[in-house]
Amino acid sequence: MEMLGYFLQALTPLNFALAVAGVVLGTVIGALPGLSATMAVAVLVPFTFGMDPASGLIALGAIYTGAIYGGAFAAILVNTPGTPSSIATTFDGFPMARRGDGNLAVTLATLASVTGGVVGGLFLLLVSPPLATVALAFGPPEYFWLAVFGLTLISALSVGNMLKGLIGACFGLFLAMMGVAVVGGDTRFTLGSHLLLGGVDVIAALIGLYCIPVIIDLVATPDPHLKVSPQGGGFRLAEALRLCWRGKWNLMRSSVVGTVVGILPGAGGSIASLVAYSEARRSSRHPQEFGKGAPDGVLATESANNATVGGGFIPTLVLGIPGTPPDAVILGALLVQGIRTGPTLFTAQGPIVYTFIFGLLIATVLMLPTGLLLGRYAYKSIIAIPKAVLVPTVAMLTVVGSYAVHNNSDDVIVMFVLGVVGWVLNRFGFAPSPIVLGLILGPIAEQGFVQSWLIGNAQGNLAGMFFGRPISLAIVALSVLTLFYPILAELWRSRTARRLEARDAK
Amino acid sequence: MHRFSTVPMLFAAALALTAGSAAAYPDKDVNYIIPFNPGGESDIAARLQQPLFNELTGKQLIVKYQAGAGGAQAWSQLNNMEGDGHTIMGMNLPHIILQPMQQDVGYKTEDLVPVYYFHYTPDAILVPADSQFQTIQDLVDYAKQNPGMVTFSGSGSNSANHLAQQRFDELAGVTTTYIPFGGTGPSVTALLGNQVMASMGYSTVAANQGDQVRMLAVATDERLPNFPDVPTFREAGIDMVGGAYRGVGVPKSTPEEVRQEVSDVFQRINNDPRMVQQMEDGAFVVIDVPYGEVDAFMAERAAEIGGIAQRMGITQN
Repeated sequence: MEMLGYFLQALTPLNFALAVAGVVLGTVIGALPGLSATMAVAVLVPFTFGMDPASGLIALGAIYTGAIYGGAFAAILVNTPGTPSSIATTFDGFPMARRGDGNLAVTLATLASVTGGVVGGLFLLLVSPPLATVALAFGPPEYFWLAVFGLTLISALSVGNMLKGLIGACFGLFLAMMGVAVVGGDTRFTLGSHLLLGGVDVIAALIGLYCIPVIIDLVATPDPHLKVSPQGGGFRLAEALRLCWRGKWNLMRSSVVGTVVGILPGAGGSIASLVAYSEARRSSRHPQEFGKGAPDGVLATESANNATVGGGFIPTLVLGIPGTPPDAVILGALLVQGIRTGPTLFTAQGPIVYTFIFGLLIATVLMLPTGLLLGRYAYKSIIAIPKAVLVPTVAMLTVVGSYAVHNNSDDVIVMFVLGVVGWVLNRFGFAPSPIVLGLILGPIAEQGFVQSWLIGNAQGNLAGMFFGRPISLAIVALSVLTLFYPILAELWRSRTARRLEARDAK
Repeated sequence: MHRFSTVPMLFAAALALTAGSAAAYPDKDVNYIIPFNPGGESDIAARLQQPLFNELTGKQLIVKYQAGAGGAQAWSQLNNMEGDGHTIMGMNLPHIILQPMQQDVGYKTEDLVPVYYFHYTPDAILVPADSQFQTIQDLVDYAKQNPGMVTFSGSGSNSANHLAQQRFDELAGVTTTYIPFGGTGPSVTALLGNQVMASMGYSTVAANQGDQVRMLAVATDERLPNFPDVPTFREAGIDMVGGAYRGVGVPKSTPEEVRQEVSDVFQRINNDPRMVQQMEDGAFVVIDVPYGEVDAFMAERAAEIGGIAQRMGITQN
């Protein structure tokens, strides 16, 4: 009965209006490459101080979840992820758009984001305190192995091109090493210039590696950017719903993966959608379609990244440890509002917390109508805009976006240089995704490794640190499986073929 | 260190009163650049100052973030910005003393113009609530019997936490192992998850984590008002006072009288009873170092930090 009261509290006209406005604003910001969820939330924090805590939190949560969803638009329609969370959405989203199914892909992404967001939100609502312990069970060795697992996924994802995928990932790892090391504090590969002391920023690299090649190719080829859908406009909602129903296990699995990865501080939407994508492909009956415009690929990545929103709030609210960078900003806003997070929050501040969670769920559901409308508009404008307008617009956004990361023009230079490098590498068949993922996973792997080594050394149990912990071993097993799965599958197939031949011969 | 009391000093209040009648600074909104990502202590402090600044001056304090290279990115660009008092930047110690000592970071400590220091978060040793260590003495005894076995999580290498751990080892005569993490968040996560035995952090961690952690000792002159049971390091015979200091600075081109005005405004914000209360709740220690005293304050800190950094072998020369 109490819960119903909190639910109604979240539905007051003011809170409802804030949820709508937040989702719309967030979606637009997320759709613009370079303008991230963290930035959107940080800019709007001061406006929430005048509101009562629950309303302020609802507004911030709505912007956050909208931004993670909005990243899919750019990923699908322009092949440039709007946020790092939607990197894996480009794998299948853009091929769909190119063959004329852009509106279907956007509708699928909307349905998947709502599903993922609701699943993550329900976990947050119902089982937060026990799930928060997952965040604590992950120590340095687990993060190290998780990053190694992520790197093996890259190799598995670049089928037929495994070597190039691995070389790309190594290049990403190299970029990740630039600057002052977090552990050890030594300066690496800065060429004696203090421009590179801060290292290569992931967002700047993302914009450069994805957007610049797209811009160059748009200018260099006479073809239109996207084919117009043969089915005409519209949402193609019925078709999308059918695909969702067929992929319901994929949706559920990806949402749970997203929630769990979201709980881990330091592993965000980019890793969640990558893991969900590769699981979807592994369990699919048509794995060869992935990467060529498989609807299941979009369902997996978009449900997983929106599930990280609810998942990320679990350690934020229960432990006072931000699960994702936007959570850190929201945590700061909570402290300013005079709310202390921690295990007692759910009981001591129940009205605020539960009103907020319901508000977040309402905002997530609101993504369905607002997202479909915005998506339709975005799709129409992207196919209607002539290339002579689209190219300069995207080019300007790359500069604005990379500057806005840290209000720093050095990042623009990094973005541009990496963009040109990325374009050249693209010519030789190196995709941008392994490079960016290497850049994201590199610091996690390095820090996890050195921390594990130092702790293991101090306790005189180095082997046990890396190989004696159950969660670590499970992740190691998954990595080995992922790495050798293509070979194992091939072996198994040829053995059955041989057996069949032998039987036929009899 | 005795000069800084946790309550605003009387003469400071008097100074603030006279400053009220001074020239019309600021005559437009002020950009306040935080050289870190949002969500950290510097950001929280700025967010608390924001409404009071508006109330006091009628103008907005616009918080911007320019993170990178542990703050060096922003500090190296400060002097290229306009020096009219409408662009100010967060100043953090030991960062701005330590970074230029280690390598060329694009600025020198003496190039920066801090005009006011408002608080510090004292160093503190924290253990998980279920830890075997009940007191700081337990930890010291254990560390003496098992050199290197006690692991401390902390934020970053050659950072404030790392420095504090080294000082602790030196002053307590023990050997412990420092495990650097990518920030206060991951460092606290490792502590709560029992991945490390203890954490070298700040008192603010204890205020935020409540009864999930136990603060064994805090590097202040006197016990903190909302942690009356937690002894200071001095009480345990370890002469450690200090932590991470925060203030504001301006570009070098800013005229003397504007520097003074910025200092005055922040002094008045800092002495506001609501601010003092919020700081106390968050386990920050309010200090009051106006523009006139900044040079002496910086010299004192530089001597303190420089000595340890030299012994840690992290200086360039």
